[in-house]
Amino acid sequence: MNNSPANNSQAQSVQSPALASPGAATPSLAPKPAAAASPAPTAPAAPAAAAAKPAVVSAAPPPPPPVPAALAHLKVPFQGADYSLKGYHAEATVAPDQVVAAAEALDKEGFAIDTITGVDWMAQGQMEVVYDYFHPEKTLRAVIRTRVPRDNPELPTISKVFPGANWHERETHDFFGIRFTGHPDLSPFLLPEDATYHPLRKDFTSCS
Amino acid sequence: MLVKDVKEVTAFGVPQETFVLNVGPQHPATHGVLRVKMTMDGEYIVKAEPVCGYIHRMHEKMGENRTYAQFLPNTSRIDYLSSMNYTHAFVGAVERGLKLQVPPRAEYLRVITSELNRISSHLVWWGALLNDLGGWTPLLYAFDDREKILDLLEGICGARLTYAYYRIGGLYNDVDDDFLNGTRAFVKHMRPRLKMYKDLVTDNIILRKRLIGIGPISAEMCRKYGATGQVIRGAGVAYDVRRVEPYSAYPEFDFEIPTYPEADSMARYLVHMAELEQSLRIIEQAVEKLPSGPVMAEKVPRVLKLPAGDYCYAVEAARGRFLVRIVSDNKEIPYRVKLRTPCLSNLSLFEEASRGMLLPDALALMGSLDLVIPDIDR
Repeated sequence: MNNSPANNSQAQSVQSPALASPGAATPSLAPKPAAAASPAPTAPAAPAAAAAKPAVVSAAPPPPPPVPAALAHLKVPFQGADYSLKGYHAEATVAPDQVVAAAEALDKEGFAIDTITGVDWMAQGQMEVVYDYFHPEKTLRAVIRTRVPRDNPELPTISKVFPGANWHERETHDFFGIRFTGHPDLSPFLLPEDATYHPLRKDFTSCS
Repeated sequence: MLVKDVKEVTAFGVPQETFVLNVGPQHPATHGVLRVKMTMDGEYIVKAEPVCGYIHRMHEKMGENRTYAQFLPNTSRIDYLSSMNYTHAFVGAVERGLKLQVPPRAEYLRVITSELNRISSHLVWWGALLNDLGGWTPLLYAFDDREKILDLLEGICGARLTYAYYRIGGLYNDVDDDFLNGTRAFVKHMRPRLKMYKDLVTDNIILRKRLIGIGPISAEMCRKYGATGQVIRGAGVAYDVRRVEPYSAYPEFDFEIPTYPEADSMARYLVHMAELEQSLRIIEQAVEKLPSGPVMAEKVPRVLKLPAGDYCYAVEAARGRFLVRIVSDNKEIPYRVKLRTPCLSNLSLFEEASRGMLLPDALALMGSLDLVIPDIDR
């Protein structure tokens, strides 16, 4: 088979400088202000995200597409997103105590829980929690985001609305130490049963 | 449990004793290191609690300390039975962020190899399920046919399982005539085999008695747990990422999304079997219409930096919806890589679905869920 280097440019770029160890890479990963993850305007009651809103917008961003009709009437502050670029049709940033209401609204619309995860914005002292939803019958993807303070990451569970959220929240607790109040069991899910660390926190370096 | 007072004794004087049965972590029916803590009332399950994490490798942390190209081989090692599909989602997410246009020939070859991989994955599932139910021979037939696919894929990328054949912007290399002729021959070979599978196994009364009506999982339960793949299609919902969120070259092919409304283990079994034929159809069309041209995008930057933001890409992997979510802060190394795997969601409903079932029926249910444990644990 043709195995010449010309066909293998990806493999070459593997040589690039990023051979850093986990410990060396993490301190430099100070995220840019919320531009990275929450271009949507923040909900009225999301103080943390509002503080982190970027002042400078990159060159000529196209206006966001309209919110899909199936979501526009909900009381969740959805913003349209370009599916071909982002992989979802709408996103909303809500206050941490609003995630259950948002889950209930999407549940009523017939959405299914896709996944839940966290993002550690260490430089801003925040933890972002991202809820992905898909619709089993329509081409429709919705994302709900919220941010909690990094030193006390706590928000209500949505596992009473979507029982499938149970494991996703447990995993998010494992990896980030985010506590979901009212969750039936936040014991380690994928980590060892005696784990006291949260490996996806940006200041995590090795098992202690 | 000791009977301490009269309240714990039923009307007939039989104590309501339960005991804990440990299935796994090393158990033939779990196909990997999965432990299920079962609270049993005789032969009936009161509560079956899966205990995960025995093969946890923290792929998501690995994603945060290496470049996009360096992380690419990891994506072949999540669900090692359908690694083409998983790599597809990852390169798709990166290409989305870079706005890379992948040449049509590469997209077609991605579809061909993904579908070949889906067939080989279904064959393993089929053999393993039958093995769980007590039939050893079908596994040997399945692995015989799967071997042909592994040989084909080994010819184009050198690997038999963890392919990492796709590259950001295209493919590792082009295919040759041996591969295309071999693929045509495989499609021709496989159709009569599917007929034989049906005659020998699907229509077999023992198999049908083990699967029909066993382990009902409704469409509503799928929605609440985010179960996808054969589980939701076996509950009568035509949810398939290839159709609902079309990607790659899939919109250019004519294929059906098989569904069965019965929502039992047999329905999930029949969805798998019908999908084998649909994958053959897609491969047949893609090989005939395969465009010529390059298999790598022209302007792939040597240093890959995704603009700040998040990028999702979902594919229909062999077991359901696989989603990659990349969060970038405009550096060479991803800020966050989230891997949403189908088996985790599909297994999460097991506790509810298996309640009150007989133990051997629960194992048939677990077999019909088509679990790959490293896919759950990542």
